[in-house]
Amino acid sequence: MAHRPVHVAGFAQLPHARINTTHEEAELVRITTAGALADAGLGRKDVGFTCSGSNDYYMGRPFSFVMALDGIGAWPPIRESHVEMDAAWALYEAWVRLQHGDVDVALVYGFGKSSLGDNDAISNLMLDPYFLAPLGITHRQIDAMQARAVLDAGLATEADLAAIARRCRAAGNENPNAPDTDLSSIEEMLAAPATAPPLRAHDYATRTDGAAAIVLRVGGGGPRIRGLAHRIDAHQPGSRSLTAARSAALAAEAAGVFDAEIDAAELYATATSHEVLLRRALRLGDGTAISPSGGALAADTPMVSGLVRIGEAANLIRHGGMRRTVAHAAQGAALQHNLVCLLEAT
Amino acid sequence: MIPTAVIGIGQTRYAAKRGDVSMPGLVREAALAALADAGLDFSDIDAVVIGKAPDMFEGVPNPELFLAGALGAVGKPMMRVHTAGSVGGSTAVVASHLVSSGTHKRVLTVAYEKQSESNAMWALSQRFPFQPPVAAGAGGYFAPIIRAYMRRTGAPDDIGIQVAVKDRRNALNNPNAHLHLPDLTAEKVRASPMLWEPIRYLEACPSSDGACAMIFSADAAGCKNPAWVHATGMRSEPMLFAGRDEVNPQAGADCAASVYKDAGISPSDLDVAEIYVPFSWYEPMWLENLGLAESGWRAVANGETTMDGRLPINPSGGVLSSNPIGASGMIRFAEAALQVRGAAGKRQVDGARLALGHAYGGGSQFFSMWIVGSERP
Repeated sequence: MAHRPVHVAGFAQLPHARINTTHEEAELVRITTAGALADAGLGRKDVGFTCSGSNDYYMGRPFSFVMALDGIGAWPPIRESHVEMDAAWALYEAWVRLQHGDVDVALVYGFGKSSLGDNDAISNLMLDPYFLAPLGITHRQIDAMQARAVLDAGLATEADLAAIARRCRAAGNENPNAPDTDLSSIEEMLAAPATAPPLRAHDYATRTDGAAAIVLRVGGGGPRIRGLAHRIDAHQPGSRSLTAARSAALAAEAAGVFDAEIDAAELYATATSHEVLLRRALRLGDGTAISPSGGALAADTPMVSGLVRIGEAANLIRHGGMRRTVAHAAQGAALQHNLVCLLEAT
Repeated sequence: MIPTAVIGIGQTRYAAKRGDVSMPGLVREAALAALADAGLDFSDIDAVVIGKAPDMFEGVPNPELFLAGALGAVGKPMMRVHTAGSVGGSTAVVASHLVSSGTHKRVLTVAYEKQSESNAMWALSQRFPFQPPVAAGAGGYFAPIIRAYMRRTGAPDDIGIQVAVKDRRNALNNPNAHLHLPDLTAEKVRASPMLWEPIRYLEACPSSDGACAMIFSADAAGCKNPAWVHATGMRSEPMLFAGRDEVNPQAGADCAASVYKDAGISPSDLDVAEIYVPFSWYEPMWLENLGLAESGWRAVANGETTMDGRLPINPSGGVLSSNPIGASGMIRFAEAALQVRGAAGKRQVDGARLALGHAYGGGSQFFSMWIVGSERP
């Protein structure tokens, strides 16, 4: 069945801050949803479906999305849903909903705070509670195991990883929505001690607080979603190849990324080694700019970063004159779960 | 919109503690039962959608990550829905939309809770700065709303007791039900401890382990008794604002009106309904909210909601008899589908052709519903 043409009509994000003590859930959501609607030239009453992504563990409370709903003015009652995932998957649900033909505008938002808790401890709890979590390992440690496999397979050197970190942080320093980070030379970076060998602090995402919202619209112009797909891989790091982001490749293929010339890709890489693997999985050549915003290495707000990648990729078309861009979102350790969105100018 | 059918349903046995299975084992048990019912295996499934209540209930955030293997989802799309207590219903709606939108041909959905590995009362009782405390679990939240209903309608105080007895009698016909209380009487319910006035112990739902699964297909060929999805609906409203009617929430009434309209029916066309009644008084309250009775308590008092009444409510025994929280909504949806498939065993309502599945959550603010029918829409 032919898909209805869904466009990114509006996008807004709060500047991602290392600590945001100014805004609680409803405020994060109110500001960004109002911003995205204004960006789209639409009002709250135009929205036919609303979907959000958030995670209680980052907000430190169960049902954190419930109070967030107070921020969008859900009265009279609205058609609404929520995923306990990165809001990129909320955008996926909204895109599916728009295919039914009875609603034409969807509002998607995500919010999260990394500053409220111990992110490594949370990532440990995300692991299989019977066989993995009791080992005390974290996502960053599994990512380091993957990075070791990447280096051993000759897919990159430690200097390559440092260059990725430096490029993303430099781009982030040009991005008004990402916090400023110190820029060291590659030599200085390589001289730093490893956090979890072979990865160093600079190889990991800059954890932030924030929110973002996107308005999707059937018709009406703006970057069109030409392909949107996601796939999950096996959970146990020992039961899949760590040197191939297989589920990212499957999602990219389903989204039609392999058949298109891509001007830029916004990748949700929370470790430099992820970027190495994602470039290969998405078959991105040297002609594709990688994460011009700085990506997650520059600013990584939990449950928001994936949605921001889609917004940033859309902005590269809307405001950057690009023809075709890709956005990527991920969840889990070592790129277990991946979403790929192909956007095209209209 | 692609016509979409439920072609497989699987439920675990519901119990206070399923110590014989892990969480992956629990969800897989329901999934395999649904696949067997549909005559399919995991290789026939294009995508998996799971749902459950807050992650803090079991202490595992993003459980889709570790459940992917047990549900045959590796290499496939997998999502996790969470809309508070309505999540089981919402998960079914989202999964059905993957088919009705033309995105996928066959989708597996599973909702679960393993309350024995958790402490739901703890997760439901936290206090936060600047917000009213919901300090005594769900019962503490809903008890004042029930009192408001009693005062507003002048309902006699034994209506909740009648519902508690009726649902547990129905549960005796449901081999999956957590509670089988053959000797339960109104007197025993009345004599049970008062937990949150006016909710007595035996007027409250149990804490259960369990999972429920369904398989949606755009192609019901080969399925002798598909349950066709005639309408789906989801509505939400904010928890806190002046003038909100928590006894008869607008979002619930709007959601019900939308599914009746989309299915092209009136409430009186329904043969049976499975509605989300975690505390006995919610049966009469939802009967009014859903447009199924002008006076909910009179409908209960007149026996209209018993198995041989005008509109049997919760032949399965309902949430009052089995409550794996995140799955409880999906169980309502699945039991509605079983009824129109004529596959509900001893709890079958004779000749059921149209059924309502209903779930709610949060502070009576999130609603998901569907209408299923034996005929292709």
